[in-house]
Amino acid sequence: MTTLTVNGRRVTVPDDATILDATRAAGVDVPTLCHFDGLEPWGGCRLCVVDMSQEGWDEDWFKMVTACNHPVAEGMRVVTHSERVLATRQVVIDLLLARCPETPLIQRIAAEHGIEKTSYEPNPEPTDCILCGLCTRVCDHIGVSAIASVNRGWGREIAPPFHGEPPDCIGCLACAEICPTDYIEFTDGHVTRTIWNREFEMLRDPVTGQAVITTAQAEYFAERSGVPKAYFETSDSSKRLAMAKTFAALAVKE
Amino acid sequence: MRIESRDQFTALHEAARKARAEHRQQILVCCGTGCLASGAKEVAEAFAEQVADRGLDAEVGLFVKSTGCHGFCERGPLVVIQPSGVLYTRVKAKSVAEIIDTTVIGGEVITRLLYKNPVDGERIEDYSEIPFYKNQVRVAMRNIGRIDPTDIEDAIAEGAYSGLARALFELTPDEVLEEVRVSGQRGRGGAGFNTARKWASCKAAPGDRRFVLCNGDEGDPGAFKDRSIMEGDPHSVLEGMIIGAYAVGANEGYIYVRDEYPLAVVNLTIAIAEARKRGLLGDDIMGSGFNFDIKISRGGGAFICGESSALMRSLEGKVGEPRAKYVHSTEKGLYDLPTVLNNVETWAGIGAIIERGGQWFASMGTEKSKGTKAFSLVGKVKNTGLIELPMGTTLRQIIYDIGGGVANDRPFKAVQTGGPSGGCVPEELLDLPVDYEKLTEAGSMMGSGGMIVMDDRTCMVDVARYFLAFLTEESCGKCTPCREGLKQMLHIYDRLIGGDGREGDIEAIERLARGMQLGSLCELGKSAPNPVLSTLRYFRAEYEAHIHDRACPAGICRELTAYEIIEEGCDGCHACFKACPVDAIEGVIKELHVIHQDACISCGACFDVCPTEAIRTLPKSRLEKAEVV
Repeated sequence: MTTLTVNGRRVTVPDDATILDATRAAGVDVPTLCHFDGLEPWGGCRLCVVDMSQEGWDEDWFKMVTACNHPVAEGMRVVTHSERVLATRQVVIDLLLARCPETPLIQRIAAEHGIEKTSYEPNPEPTDCILCGLCTRVCDHIGVSAIASVNRGWGREIAPPFHGEPPDCIGCLACAEICPTDYIEFTDGHVTRTIWNREFEMLRDPVTGQAVITTAQAEYFAERSGVPKAYFETSDSSKRLAMAKTFAALAVKE
Repeated sequence: MRIESRDQFTALHEAARKARAEHRQQILVCCGTGCLASGAKEVAEAFAEQVADRGLDAEVGLFVKSTGCHGFCERGPLVVIQPSGVLYTRVKAKSVAEIIDTTVIGGEVITRLLYKNPVDGERIEDYSEIPFYKNQVRVAMRNIGRIDPTDIEDAIAEGAYSGLARALFELTPDEVLEEVRVSGQRGRGGAGFNTARKWASCKAAPGDRRFVLCNGDEGDPGAFKDRSIMEGDPHSVLEGMIIGAYAVGANEGYIYVRDEYPLAVVNLTIAIAEARKRGLLGDDIMGSGFNFDIKISRGGGAFICGESSALMRSLEGKVGEPRAKYVHSTEKGLYDLPTVLNNVETWAGIGAIIERGGQWFASMGTEKSKGTKAFSLVGKVKNTGLIELPMGTTLRQIIYDIGGGVANDRPFKAVQTGGPSGGCVPEELLDLPVDYEKLTEAGSMMGSGGMIVMDDRTCMVDVARYFLAFLTEESCGKCTPCREGLKQMLHIYDRLIGGDGREGDIEAIERLARGMQLGSLCELGKSAPNPVLSTLRYFRAEYEAHIHDRACPAGICRELTAYEIIEEGCDGCHACFKACPVDAIEGVIKELHVIHQDACISCGACFDVCPTEAIRTLPKSRLEKAEVV
């Protein structure tokens, strides 16, 4: 275990913890946008910057780092709300508000940082995509990598290969679910689902007729896990139904 | 023939040297990219043809060699005749027969082709007497221009791989490391990290597979030192990498070179193939039992891939984007394994350090910046080209003694060092000794060694905007401050030069710059505000003039500048009339000419051609007022 201080309060966390883990353990709120527990930290949004000083450094020497991916160390001192940390977070959220002036999440975080209106040139084509990279990272994590960021600089965007129908996509919706601003659009029906301009056939429960997941996702999961595809056909209500029958049978016995 | 022992290497070195000594005269034709662009290939071919047709190799012992960049690109194509050292500049293929007849056979010098010193107008015969060359000390570039980069024997004759032979047979890996530590060499890619410390950290990292990489992704506008080294002496890079690999215990190496350097890729490929054939690369190098091989990886032209973590991702076949480096790449680098990554110039110096000793290298330079440094001297300077000098040489010596001063004798305004993330150093700091610390203190940086000289016809707001535009194009877009910040910063600058500056713009720039410096993920974003902050620091009045007076003091920003003809100065030569691309100038020969302001696009073409300096710039705002009156 490693012991460090966050804003002067001592916390003890596992050795492989990040500064963000430590701030949470200390009950201190550090804003994040591109972080998601379970995915490897990325350090892209830069909202979680904190000041940090290590043991052996000069008393007043601090380095600004991102809390999400910086490992903790014994005797480390973390300051989450210094003047320059707040000033940097303000610049970051102000810039994001210029990019996404109509996005509620960004408006809310900006307001928390005292910004009602961006001081920069608002995006003439407002978007809800904050380029946090969560969608592409979760897609990579699942092992599909159907979408990626394309172009660089401020021309960067998230897209399927050549902006066409993504051939590797399994229609699992992980990208849309993880998106913090609901930027990724999809339509869900009992028979088909459409995402990234591609239509997927739904796998339907043979008992209830409900759509469970896409056939492509079931095939992918079956192939990767070795579990028969039929397993994925069972909908939640089917499971509940089966369970209810079991319980009913038990009750009769008593 | 494969070299299987140190004795065999020494024998080859001696034999190659002797074979070269037998040539009574040598013609070295510079075939660096600059000279090739001005027709060096035709010159080299003409020489080869003449020698073959006339049997000159036997008759006068003449040997013709195509070499790498001599550095004096301004005057190319260059031809040096050895042993006399006569340098001919701007040589054309049609002069080749004359050079052979007059100089090689006749022993006479052709004055017309000699270099003319711009300072006193004197013609200089011996190239080592030319100020551009005389004041240089070459370490990393020691063999460039002297050897044929595609001929390994030629390189060996000039001492290539001698340092490697010493390392493998006289020194243990720890002793090699110690020698590099004594040399005090710091990374030549820009950040200036101590080479030996980097190696030691990699060597100490656990695991038995590690990598040695060479960063050849030189992408700064105006920088071409790494290109010249890879093109002109690829063996120095290979030798350095093999020695480094021996020191840290690596068996695999990669050279990451940008694909826009086709000649570098070709010459490196040839050098690697030749070195393998000779047993200088691959298994059991020189019979020492040490194994190491190098592969070339060609980059796709992204500036960001010169950043170490982005370079490694790109090498792995992933998108070239930086990742936060809270663990050093010496411990977790390529494929998360211990990795040493050094710049081309750093590697090129290692062979010389091992051959001549760390103490020798440390005897040059300043207290904290040892040895020599290569610079690409470009912009408004008389002698543009590639130079290598001891650290601590002043900017004034570089620009005036070696560079020959500002082109057209215009007043000096600033020198931009360190590439797009560097800064502009003003005239009052011309006596600044150039080293890592001093340049950083001045708000600039060493960077890749680019030096762009600027004269009084340079608007510093426009210069900062140029570098911002470059970085906006090249930012990878992963992190918010760099991606969005550069775009917004550029937006403010577009307003400034467009005459739409506002109160508070300077403060907004400064606030954004600080946020980018502190908040960005990698050095590109962190250092992107440097051109902005250094021009603000030294030329704040120019910014204020753009905002408050709607005026560009240098007379460059088109939206703010008007041109007019001074009555007393115009002799009616008609040059401006011919130069004007939009027919905005009226006048007949020998009479006063007039610029029609409504048609003028403020391009400045007339200003540049006027022989009597009868055209002046003035703020457009003043023009408008005058018209109202």
